[in-house]
Amino acid sequence: MHNSPEAVAMLKQLTPIFQDVMDDDDLVISAATKAEDVDNWDSLAQIRLVVSIEEALGLRFSAAEISALQNVGDLLDLIARKRDN
Amino acid sequence: MSQLIENLHWLPAPPLDLKERMQNLSDASDLRQIANYALDTNQLSKLAGKLKALRKNSVDLRPLAAFKLGVVSNATTKLFSPALMATGLRYGLDLDVVEAEFNQVAQEAFSEESSFIGKRIDAVLIAIDYHGLALTAIPGDEERARKSVADCVAYLKAVSEKISSKTNAPIILQNIVPPAESFLGSFDPFLPGTLSWLITHVNHEISQLASSNISILNVLGLASNLGLANWHDLTQWNVGKLPFSLKYASIYADHVCRILSVRRGKSKRCLILDLDNTVWGGIIGDDGVDGILIGNGDPTGEAHLQVQQIALELRNCGIVLAISSKNEDAIARLPFREHPDMLLREEHIAVFQANWSDKASNIRAIAQTLSLGLESIVFLDDNPAERLQVRKELPEVSVPELPSDPALFGRTLLAAGYFESVGFSAEDRQRAEMYQQNARRADLMSNASDMESYLASLAMVATFAPFDASSRARIAQLISKSNQFNLTTKRYSEIEIAQLEQDPQVTTFQIRLTDSLGDNGMISVLICRKQDKVWDIDTWLMSCRVLGRRLEEAVLLEIVKLAKVEGVDRLVARYIPTPRNIIVKDHYRKLGFTLLNAQADGTEIWQRDLNGFEYGVVPIAVR
Repeated sequence: MHNSPEAVAMLKQLTPIFQDVMDDDDLVISAATKAEDVDNWDSLAQIRLVVSIEEALGLRFSAAEISALQNVGDLLDLIARKRDN
Repeated sequence: MSQLIENLHWLPAPPLDLKERMQNLSDASDLRQIANYALDTNQLSKLAGKLKALRKNSVDLRPLAAFKLGVVSNATTKLFSPALMATGLRYGLDLDVVEAEFNQVAQEAFSEESSFIGKRIDAVLIAIDYHGLALTAIPGDEERARKSVADCVAYLKAVSEKISSKTNAPIILQNIVPPAESFLGSFDPFLPGTLSWLITHVNHEISQLASSNISILNVLGLASNLGLANWHDLTQWNVGKLPFSLKYASIYADHVCRILSVRRGKSKRCLILDLDNTVWGGIIGDDGVDGILIGNGDPTGEAHLQVQQIALELRNCGIVLAISSKNEDAIARLPFREHPDMLLREEHIAVFQANWSDKASNIRAIAQTLSLGLESIVFLDDNPAERLQVRKELPEVSVPELPSDPALFGRTLLAAGYFESVGFSAEDRQRAEMYQQNARRADLMSNASDMESYLASLAMVATFAPFDASSRARIAQLISKSNQFNLTTKRYSEIEIAQLEQDPQVTTFQIRLTDSLGDNGMISVLICRKQDKVWDIDTWLMSCRVLGRRLEEAVLLEIVKLAKVEGVDRLVARYIPTPRNIIVKDHYRKLGFTLLNAQADGTEIWQRDLNGFEYGVVPIAVR
């Protein structure tokens, strides 16, 4: 999972957004990264994160999709699904 | 086109090294510089984080003014409060946001508990959206509809007044943005009882609540410009109770801070226009009067005509107009005199600077002629190099970025919100004219052989009266706006001013001045507090328009006269220095006071014994 070139490229594209929102320029994320692993990743940051990703990628997520996210891998899957449609 | 607004296009785009500059910022000036870029929500949050860190390390953030803004809402405010803090920096504020608990509007207003108790709050933002109002939509039932509107407005009014009296702070009350959806199509807004009808009527009533103590934030106007369907992000509301789409936090915060800033007396008074390719299309020196593009019939000419229209509208709002152009003076004036399609004429322009000096020097000269501070000036120029030079030399001056299409010049200028206002008096309406008279007085002075004969030629008449209800708004305006000729820079709200009128221990003066060139309106305000046989001059301020006219001497004579009647034998007064009132540092020395003591913070206490006071002669008649 998440080793595909698309997933790797997306992770690379998401990293600066995560760094920006979490205000940590050295933040490194992987598919397994969860909210608990990252300082500042609270429910408010989650909203800012989702909104920033939507803006950057030109996508829209539903409330159900947002609340189902458990880790960065889920986010990668969700983005991939949206892009396939 | 809404991008122009939501992305704050009048501000320069952030530099490529923004990240590094954020990392390295260490003081108030760094913070303010970065805040003056067009930052998005995430960048503002980051900047707010830096501000908090500096505060935590007790870094001295002056000259930023510490300001505590209370926020009450039925929605999530935590996501836009960092944007507010960072945007405050743009307006010279070290802004701290104190949020009431989520959706605790009524509790905050009506119970003994309050998030604000024990904190010195400077203003409270009441941001209630339509979800937070008990609007019962029953289409077609006009009686119930009117009752529902009345109830909602009564609620908003009570909430505003209660919170204001609890915190002793002025209120910024938001009006209501209706949802994007309509049920009955075009008919929806006209049928009493529909949600859109209710909200329209509530908003009408909210506009009536505006007072010196309640400023209305026209968030409806902002949301309409951005698009209601964009403003209300339904998913964000469902997920996090965000009152509007998070991407609009920057522009929303800017609108809030505009009001905070104007309430603190910072407002723009003067618009300086470049000529070639700003006021008209083309270059007058090359193209000649017949060759420049201005007026109807040509799209570029119409675009520049709109710039002129907007300049004239602003002049009607009391903004004084001036010109700064790299041109020969006689050539630059030609279109104003001879071109039939020009709306702007020389009579609209207070100061006309057409020469080959750099723009910064010209702007400085204009400010001096008009006795205006640089921070009250907006400079409009199509040329990016000129804008850069002025921004660099005169960071106090507001210089909007402009797109290349002149059709958007006016919109960009107005979207920047420089001319934000929380009130409008008869004086405001005449202000542009008054500044112009002032420029003529400056002319007169350079012609008069000496100062004394100049002042005599003005035939000045000053009128003294205590504060009264009909002048209260203007007094409040002077007290909140005067920064330069202001000995103590104490700010009083209109409520406090009304209290002063009633206080038997307090003597107040409002002073008006007319002269041979016109009416200057109310130009000075004093508040004296009596203690036994001493008058303590709590407040003495004067409009800089009438500087150098010996008015302060005339004022002293009048105070002394009245003080003696009241059995007072000594005046005590204070000079509290600020970055902006150095002009009055020697005020009391010049008036014959002696220094009692100077405190560590720079405050000086002066006194003047009234025994044997000699009344001098001043060239001002008193009525």
